[in-house]
Amino acid sequence: MFYIFCPYCKEHREEEEFHPRGQAHLMRPEDPENTSDEEWGDYLFFRDNPRGIHHEMWVHSVGCRKFFNITRNTVTYEILETYPMGEQPTITAESEGVRLEQGAQVADGGWQTVGARPENKALNEEASS
Amino acid sequence: MSDVKEFETRPADDSKAESPLAWSLHEQKSLPHASNPGVILSEKPFLGHLILRGGAIVMDEAVREVMGMALPARPLALVSDDSGERSIQWLSPDEWLVIVPGGEEFALEQKLRQSLGQSHFSIVNVGGGQTVLSLKGKASRDVLMKSISYDVHEEVFPVGKGVSTVFAKATVILRRPEEDGWELVIRRSFADYCYRWLLDAAKEYGVSVTR
Ligand SMILES: [Zn+2]
Repeated sequence: MFYIFCPYCKEHREEEEFHPRGQAHLMRPEDPENTSDEEWGDYLFFRDNPRGIHHEMWVHSVGCRKFFNITRNTVTYEILETYPMGEQPTITAESEGVRLEQGAQVADGGWQTVGARPENKALNEEASS
Repeated sequence: MSDVKEFETRPADDSKAESPLAWSLHEQKSLPHASNPGVILSEKPFLGHLILRGGAIVMDEAVREVMGMALPARPLALVSDDSGERSIQWLSPDEWLVIVPGGEEFALEQKLRQSLGQSHFSIVNVGGGQTVLSLKGKASRDVLMKSISYDVHEEVFPVGKGVSTVFAKATVILRRPEEDGWELVIRRSFADYCYRWLLDAAKEYGVSVTR
């Protein structure tokens, strides 16, 4: 079982009720007529692919059918928060960096790929060189 | 008054209507009948189903005025009138499912439109697309536990709650209008599948189907 908290239904629901819909907080250029091809291309096609904190849009497709946002760690797959559309995340890559620097404990138990485990870091580097 | 075109979906003459389960029930020469059933299954066909969408505040006013009931504002809430025949269920922050006795829905829709006037709202009659299955008996919860990943434990799922979730890979609305009674609002196209699934899942507890 893998639960996700829906900020509209206000409870945890089974993951099979949800679908991911890509990067969150994309802003459509305000003046498309006077937007360069490059800016328009960035808006339409180019997405962040960070190793770490990522803000994503998800939809509770079987439940309330509302879109909402998730802050997720792409390394550990840990979901750090969910929040409704129109709101801003409270956890960002910057705030998470501070949290790690201060030595705050990071939730474990989220490792799902062998390569993501810190003790296998050397193994990864070996393989990629 | 909005200028939306409305029409009565029920035929004025005595044309025969068929419920989504008509074929399934017809195919079974005799309905399952256990001597001491743990599960009693029955369809509540031809009820009036309306989907209301709009702001909670204006919709609440209209519903209070027309139906004499308060709109459930809490997520996943289900309210019924004293007779238990009319209910309103929260589906999402701006969407509710109203179920009333068959034949009442057109007049209700008209009255709601009248009351809502020029507000930003939508009312859709979805009665033709779905039906209600009633699940009673002491093993109802066990059957649901086999079919749904949602927690149906007493503490999590009290009377007066309803969720839209996954039932045996189909989308259903599961609701609990009374202590010993669950309702599944199922899609017409999934009706036969859900019905057969329920018969199969309930077999070990003994199942009766009543009409
Ligand atoms: Zn939801």
